[in-house]
This record gives sequence, structure tokens and C-alpha cells, in this order.
Amino acid sequence: MPTAPTVTVSQLKEDLILCLSGEWRTFCLPEIKHKLSALKLPQESKVVIDLSSVDFLDTASAYLLKKFLKKLKRLKISYKIKEGSPTIMATFHMVNEFTPSPEPRTEQTSRFSLIFLLNFLGKMALEPLKTLLEALSFLGEVTIGMIKILIHPRRLRFITLVDLIHKVGASALPIVGLISFLIGVVLVYQGADQLRRFGAEIFTINLLAVSALRELGILLTAIVVAGRSGSAYTAQLGFMKLNQEIDALHVLGIDPIEVLVVPRILALLIVLPLLTFFADIMALIGGGIATYFLIGVGPDDFAKHLLLSIGEWTFWTGIIKAPVFAFFIGLVACFEGLRVSGGAESVGKHTTQSVVEGIFLVIIFDAAFSILFSVLGI
Amino acid sequence: MDTPVIDINKLCTSIQGKKLHEGLSLNVYRGEILGLVGASGSGKSILLRTILGLNRYDSGSIRIFGIDHRDQKSALSLRHRWGVLFQSGALFSSLSVGDNIRVPMREIGHISETLMRDLTFLKLKIVGLPEDTEAKFPAELSGGMIKRAALARALAIDAELLFLDEPTSGLDPISARRFDLLIKDLQRNLNFTVMMVTHDLDSLFTVCDRVAVLVDQKLVIGTATSLQKHPHPWIREYFQGRRASTLKGEVEK
Repeated sequence: MPTAPTVTVSQLKEDLILCLSGEWRTFCLPEIKHKLSALKLPQESKVVIDLSSVDFLDTASAYLLKKFLKKLKRLKISYKIKEGSPTIMATFHMVNEFTPSPEPRTEQTSRFSLIFLLNFLGKMALEPLKTLLEALSFLGEVTIGMIKILIHPRRLRFITLVDLIHKVGASALPIVGLISFLIGVVLVYQGADQLRRFGAEIFTINLLAVSALRELGILLTAIVVAGRSGSAYTAQLGFMKLNQEIDALHVLGIDPIEVLVVPRILALLIVLPLLTFFADIMALIGGGIATYFLIGVGPDDFAKHLLLSIGEWTFWTGIIKAPVFAFFIGLVACFEGLRVSGGAESVGKHTTQSVVEGIFLVIIFDAAFSILFSVLGI
Repeated sequence: MDTPVIDINKLCTSIQGKKLHEGLSLNVYRGEILGLVGASGSGKSILLRTILGLNRYDSGSIRIFGIDHRDQKSALSLRHRWGVLFQSGALFSSLSVGDNIRVPMREIGHISETLMRDLTFLKLKIVGLPEDTEAKFPAELSGGMIKRAALARALAIDAELLFLDEPTSGLDPISARRFDLLIKDLQRNLNFTVMMVTHDLDSLFTVCDRVAVLVDQKLVIGTATSLQKHPHPWIREYFQGRRASTLKGEVEK
């Protein structure tokens, strides 16, 4: 058990002797500070500081001691030091040498000055523009990369692509399926309740078919994929960027767009329509089961009514959107991933941005498609 | 002799079925600088991680300051008595260098904010970093500066035991030498114990009191000079390579 730091005061002729003893460790800093400041020393007294019985002195407590000596100087109290063991004196002198200059603080510009405000405003206006330009140039690079792959299909990393398809597609089946199934059930329950009032329960099937096939199937799948795979893309590419793997590719003469970005976007392009189809089917199954229990329509009638309720475009309007959504989810995710710089915090920031922007773009394009389809009359 | 600071007894470790340490024993005494060397992949880093309690081991015992860190309650107090310098620095990337150094100080609590700031500048100066590093973030620092900042964090609370994982790797020879001298000086003044993994023969000859070599899942312990005559071929080659012999000449002069 270490002995506590102590200061004993005694008088020897005219001199006041401060005898320090015990172990002066960082752990006891508050105690040391308290003890030193509690010392009442009369002005113009002569003080001898006796370090000879100090057992241990670390840098932090030596620093406090130094500060105490400075205070004595300010109070015009002359002092002498009775030296302790060589190691203690070495620490003491080392801290002396290293004592920080009195004003090391960096000056902070006031947060509310006019300059600061203008500066802030300018940054806020220019940053998004800059990002937009970067994103456009990235879109160009990716497009060129895709065209190159189309011209020379042998340069496509096939194994990577298959692996990615497995990761973003096959392993997403359970969650996409479950969500769609439940949404089908919910649609039927809500629809049947409302339509029963008009005695038009059977039209619940129309409601289910149209909303699931045209909108909900694709939208939900796209959002799940943006959250699941978009974030994974960003985090992975971000870590690779931090780990200088992207630089390594550049140095080896390999285009990161070609080996990292294009396969990722291609995988999404292939997978999202398939997942959407799966989601549509699961929603119809969920809805079908719910109709059976709620309205009492058997599978045969359900199928018949379903076929009557969907037009030739109902299914395709949903599926057509999938590749577009896939492309932008992948683009944003890879773009954000490659923008990571600095450290772990940046990975988190860009992953969040990737998911938010991905979902945002999906909704924007969904709205655009709705207008387009309405103009085209399908 | 008093109780060893690190007391490893018949330690066995395996990673995914591969045996790394078998019946490994080591005592490190107070105020000693021990160098740990071994071929790449021989399990030095795993040994360090195991001592730090980041890795499970199969059998044997590890006691630090007489405390077994599998004992959850007392193990926590150990964390305030040691400082660790990881190979890549492991500075917290979301905190400024100053905040990084203050993390251990905050953990022991009850040190006033101003005193912590002063001590931060003191530690920065001790490791030889300019004052303006305090406000910088780890991502803005060069490799050597990260090492120094990480050392400042390891020294933040004047720990009694310091673990250094390849402290001089990636530094130029002059900086590496200064780093060595700095550790030696600090060690002499503050009398802490150091265990360092290193491949820097310069450090092994000039700084380390003893050297432990990890070969064949066990440790061979001696001084850098005595190990040159060791019968094991790997050890002999390690210490008698061309680099080593020139260094030896310098030391003997």
C-alpha cells in the first residue's frame, strides 16, 4: 500500500521547513493540491523545501510542486530546496525543463463574429455544390466504367459479382420476404375494414394487387436494400479507403471504379428486380391468406379476381423502377464510401449519409415515375 | 527479490487450434526494461494481448502486480496502473490529441479541468510534440507524431507498468534513438517497468535490461549480448546478423 503524500511544517531558527514525504502520485493529485494550497506562509519568510524524504515523485505531482514554487516567487517568499534522491531530482528537473509556457491555449475566434457568420454561410452554400459536382463526375466515371465493361465483358470480375449477388440478394430474401408478407396481410386487414362499409369487400383484392405490385413491393425492397447493402458498401469501401487499399489499387494500375464500384452496382441492378418480384409474390401470398380468413375467399376465387384486377402494366410498372433505384442506391453508397477520409467517425458519417441519401433518391424517383406513368396513362 | 510485476507461469495459448505458447513462463521485475522478440507470426503480439487480458488462454496463470486479471473485480484497478502503446497508436480518431491524452486522466477522476490541460501540455512536451498538436486530430498527424501522441497517452497517468508494441517501428533512426533514450530516461526517473515488443536491435542493445526471445512456443531469456552465444540457431542468427554485430561493436566501445 503506497504511503500518502504529506507535508509537515517546522521552524528552524528563521527558516520555515516544509518537509515533504510519502509517495507523490497522480492518484493523489487533488490531495496534493489541497495540501499545498492550505499552507499558510507568512510574507517575506524564508522557506526550505525538504525533498529528501519523498519516496516517489511522478511528473504530475512534480508539476504541481513547480507551480507551488512559482506561487512562492510571486508572493516574494524566498525558498531553498534541500535535494532528495537523484531519481526524484531528475524528475523534478525534467518537469522544470518541460513546464509549458504560460499561454499555450489556442485563441478561439468568437463564434458570433460577423466574419465567422459570413464564413459559415459561404461554406454552407458552397459545400453542397462542390459535393454535387463531385457526385456528377463520379456518375460520369461509373458510366464510363460500365460501358467499358460492356465492351470488354471479360474484364468484369465475375467471381466478385457472384459473391456480391449472394450477399445483397440471396441473403436478403428472408427479411424482404417477411416484410412483404406482413405488409400484404396489413393491406388486406385495413382495406377490408374500410370497404366492408360499402359492401365491396371483394375489392380488397384490387387494393392489394395494385398497391403491392405498383408501389409497396418495390419501395419496401429498395428501402431494405438501401439500408442493408448500401450501408455495407459504404462502410466496406470507407474502411478500404482508410486502410489505403484504394491507393494500392491505383498504384497497381487497377481502376477502383472498375473492380470495386461497377461490380457492386451491377450486383444491385441484377438483384433488385428479382428481389422486387419475390416481394410482390410474398405480399400477394400474405394478402391471399388474410383474405381467406377475413372475407372467406378461397385460393381459386382469389386468383381469378386477382387476374381481373391487374392490368397488363400493373406488374411491370413496379419492376421497371427497380433497376433505376438499384443504380442510384449503389452509386450513392459507393460515392459516399470513397469519400471517407480521416478516421472511424468519418465512416459513420458517410454510412449514415449513404443510407439517407439512398432512400431519399428512391422516394424522389418514385414520385417522378408516378408522374411519368400518369402522363403515359399506364 | 520482491514480487515480480509480471508473473507468467506455464502459460498455454492457442488460436484456432494452433498452439502458440506452451508452458511459457516469465517474470518481469520492478524497474526493468524487458524486450520481447521473436519471428514474425511466432505469437509476440498474442502474448502481449494475453497479458493485457484481451485474449483468453488455455491454462497457466498470469499475475500482474500479484493480481490475476480473470478476477473481474480487482482487474479493473489494474487498468489504472498500466499504460499501453499499441503498434499503430490506436488513438481515438474522433478525439483531438489533447482529449486522447486526457482520457486516462478523466478515468481516474477528480482532477480539475485546468490541471488536466496543463498536464496535457506537459506530456506533449515530454514526448517532444509541439503545443499546437493538442488541438489536432489523429488523422492530421504523421506516423511518428502518432507514435509520440500515443506514448503521451500511455504516460498520461504516470503508470507503473508500460507496454510498448514496436514503439520505434516506422521511425527514422534518429527519432527512434531519441525515442529509446526518452523511454530510458523516463524509466530511470520514474522507475516504472517496461515490457516492449521490438525488432529494433538498437533498442535491444541500448535500452533493454533483459531480452526474452519467443522460440518454439517458449521464452528464452537473457541479455542482448549473452544471447549472441545461445545455441539456438534462430536466436544466434538474430543477434549475430551483420546489423547486430556492428551495433555490438558500438556498444562495447
